[in-house]
Amino acid sequence: MYEHDVLVVGAGGAGLRAAIAAHEEGADVALVSKLHPVRSHTGAAEGGINAALHPEDSWELHAYDTIKGSDYLGDAPAVETFAQDAPEEVVQLEHWGMPFSREEDGRVSQRPFGGLSHPRTTYAGAETGHHLLHTMYDQVVKRGIEVYEEWHVLDLAVTDHDDVADRECHGVVAYDIASGEVEGFRAADGVILATGGPGQVYDHTTNAVANTGDGYAMAYRAGVPLEDMEFVQFHPTTLPSTGVLISEGVRGEGGILYNDEEERFMFEHGYANNEGELASRDVVSRAELTEVNEGRGIEDEYVHLDMRHLGEERILDRLENILHLAEDFEGVDGLEEPMPVKPGQHYQMGGVEVDENGQTCVDGLYAAGETACVSLHGANRLGGNALPELLVYGARAGKHAAGGDMKDPEIETGPGAKSEDGNLDAADLVGAVGGSDQSAVADGAAVEPRSVVDATVERARERVERLLEAEGINHAHVRDDIQETMTANVNVFRREESLREALSDLREARERYQHVAVSDPSRTYNTDLIHTIETRNVLDVAEAITVGALAREEFRGAHWREQYQYRDDENWLKHTMLTWSAGSPELYFKPVVLDGEDKTYEPKERSY
Amino acid sequence: MSTQIEKEKSEEAAEESEAETEAGPQERRMSEKRARTEARERRRQQREQVRETEETVTLKVFRYDPEVEGKEEPRFDEFLVPFHKGMTVLDALIYARDHYDSSLTFRHSCRQAVCGSDALFVNGQQRLGCKTQLADLDDPVRVEPLPHQDVVKDLVVDMEHFYEQMHAVEPYFQPDDLPDGELEEQRQSPENRERIKMSTRCIWCGACMSSCNIAAGDNQYLGPAAINMAYRFAMDEREGENRKEARMRIVEQEHGVWRCQTQFSCTEVCPKDIPLTEHIQELKREAVKSNLKFW
Repeated sequence: MYEHDVLVVGAGGAGLRAAIAAHEEGADVALVSKLHPVRSHTGAAEGGINAALHPEDSWELHAYDTIKGSDYLGDAPAVETFAQDAPEEVVQLEHWGMPFSREEDGRVSQRPFGGLSHPRTTYAGAETGHHLLHTMYDQVVKRGIEVYEEWHVLDLAVTDHDDVADRECHGVVAYDIASGEVEGFRAADGVILATGGPGQVYDHTTNAVANTGDGYAMAYRAGVPLEDMEFVQFHPTTLPSTGVLISEGVRGEGGILYNDEEERFMFEHGYANNEGELASRDVVSRAELTEVNEGRGIEDEYVHLDMRHLGEERILDRLENILHLAEDFEGVDGLEEPMPVKPGQHYQMGGVEVDENGQTCVDGLYAAGETACVSLHGANRLGGNALPELLVYGARAGKHAAGGDMKDPEIETGPGAKSEDGNLDAADLVGAVGGSDQSAVADGAAVEPRSVVDATVERARERVERLLEAEGINHAHVRDDIQETMTANVNVFRREESLREALSDLREARERYQHVAVSDPSRTYNTDLIHTIETRNVLDVAEAITVGALAREEFRGAHWREQYQYRDDENWLKHTMLTWSAGSPELYFKPVVLDGEDKTYEPKERSY
Repeated sequence: MSTQIEKEKSEEAAEESEAETEAGPQERRMSEKRARTEARERRRQQREQVRETEETVTLKVFRYDPEVEGKEEPRFDEFLVPFHKGMTVLDALIYARDHYDSSLTFRHSCRQAVCGSDALFVNGQQRLGCKTQLADLDDPVRVEPLPHQDVVKDLVVDMEHFYEQMHAVEPYFQPDDLPDGELEEQRQSPENRERIKMSTRCIWCGACMSSCNIAAGDNQYLGPAAINMAYRFAMDEREGENRKEARMRIVEQEHGVWRCQTQFSCTEVCPKDIPLTEHIQELKREAVKSNLKFW
């Protein structure tokens, strides 16, 4: 058994920032990641990092923009904490050597981004995430923080108290991909989940192949509620053939969207008369699909994003990476012709329920970054708000787990925060198929930390052996089925019968998953086994997204429902919670907190 | 059509020797028989799927697994993959894995040339699988692990030595002092940022190191990626002069910049177009300049 004070699962932006913060607090911290840190998908983030740095800007404006962008589903304490901490975090990055794009006077440049009232987005070309990831990995190397790279965390070691609020997390069990060993990791002070997003739930996504939603699924199985999972961001500008992201920075710098009739549809068809292309992402994605659905799409599939008028010099200076992506992955020269783009799954607004210090309702278990839901992004995340989130909340989680002195959180978590029963019986809809793989938490009366870890390791070893020895079907077929139904039925536009069809398909996929087996018998670098295990996580997350989408009977932010075409503040100013704490799933709601430090954010009509 | 010529020959040989020797364990025969049946089935499936599409590409993929019977000796497997416009080497590998042989092993993640996981040796050159178009390659497409690194399994190589060299150049920013004011950033001129820009693009894929003859012959040579990393910090005006001297001492060591024979192989294969050889040359010039200063 490996032992540390703090364990961070995942070594992308949030994980690295958490590990650095825990280290600064004096903890013995280790990163456990299925990828080498620099392979993490934070590296693919392009556009930038929002922070109110300019004297004419303020954290209050940043908070206001974020709450408006969230369609009033963000919790004010989470949003304000974020907007207050972000400038310091960006300057910290600069002090760590991040190669930001610069103004003539040598200061860090800031550019306009969708939904922002001030040019607030700091950036490093169109490859901001790459530089952020590498700058923080440098700091991890400098500090000598231990990294267990290419170790895939299989499950959390959590006690099995009946009430989830009594449970404690004592560590994780992980699989060493290189050697095939299953080992326990004991964490004396805390486990931080920073495993990124769930893009593999969909087949057209900007996410990496590794983004299989492991953190959500593990927390869910341990009884921690998943919050607002129905809010999935579809980015309006992804390349049609691969899903590769074309940064919002292109529109931030002045790029224009055209339909097949060469109309600037964002204005000409009235989708966003003020902001046009720079309206919030949910607005632009729906506009593009509406154009396509009404027959004004190009090849009935996509629209054009044109940046030629920006001129070669400006494009090379600020968006060079976009030229490479368009050429390498779509065969298009962005200097000579418009780029084809369509919406693609990009980001999960919902996630593991945490408070402002990154804590879940299970003692010793934290989450940060895309895996977590504080809730900061609410129903829609603004471009440029993901990177500062992973900095701010990664740092807070790391500091708190390491015993740092912090203010008590205002956001309530766990069953105590429940205000209302769900409108659906989740047990009828999700995870109803039996089987030992379904167990939510450690069984037995184990409470002593080491024996909790040992028991978890034992179960994981059995599972691995079973998968290796069994004869059965290839997980890839199950994953294909999940992606297909999610893309067809739980996409930008959502209809009740489609959502129900998706749930039925997912149940079938769950049944088929009972018969998966790994055909590669090797203990050495068995990616067949790893992908098979990941597919189980993809399935859990897909169900959570779909149940949330079916439950929420309104149109808010990224969540559009055919039958419910208005935001319904009277009935739906609340978070959708899905938990699996007592052997069966339960859906319930908790209120949105719109009271900030000095003001209350009154919901207003959201127009751009 | 998935003809593994070498493998089939060895299977025949195995059969013969079994027939001659004493009770070859039945289990093994059965398992070999199963493997043959599976291989036949695989070929049949491939033919069937291929009939439905017009265009195909043949992949010849290096296979090796130290602990799996039949794979302990390196071999090449052929996979016939339906081709569509825009398809990359990585797409073809994923297709072969998901449709023919789920044990086919390779690293990959982002699919967009930023995670640096899938540097491979494709038709004799180091390339990223995800940004190499099949249409640009001669058929059959030969896919091998990066040369000059230990193979762990199939296309997966041991990156440990590469990471050690990267870490050896102190790859982290070390300013002499930082601005005092609250939220005060360090200043950096756009020109200086431009100067280091290309060097900061490195995605640690290891293609350069694998292509370098010098690195192949001298295991202690820092190699192009690590020297480029040193360049990235040495040329960053936000670090002080003393730090730059310390950095120069690291790259001037016996296995540092002077080993480079400017063959440009690293520059040719770099998927991010980093002018690696130029950066190494520039550090050589800096080294000469700073040494002259002390005379």
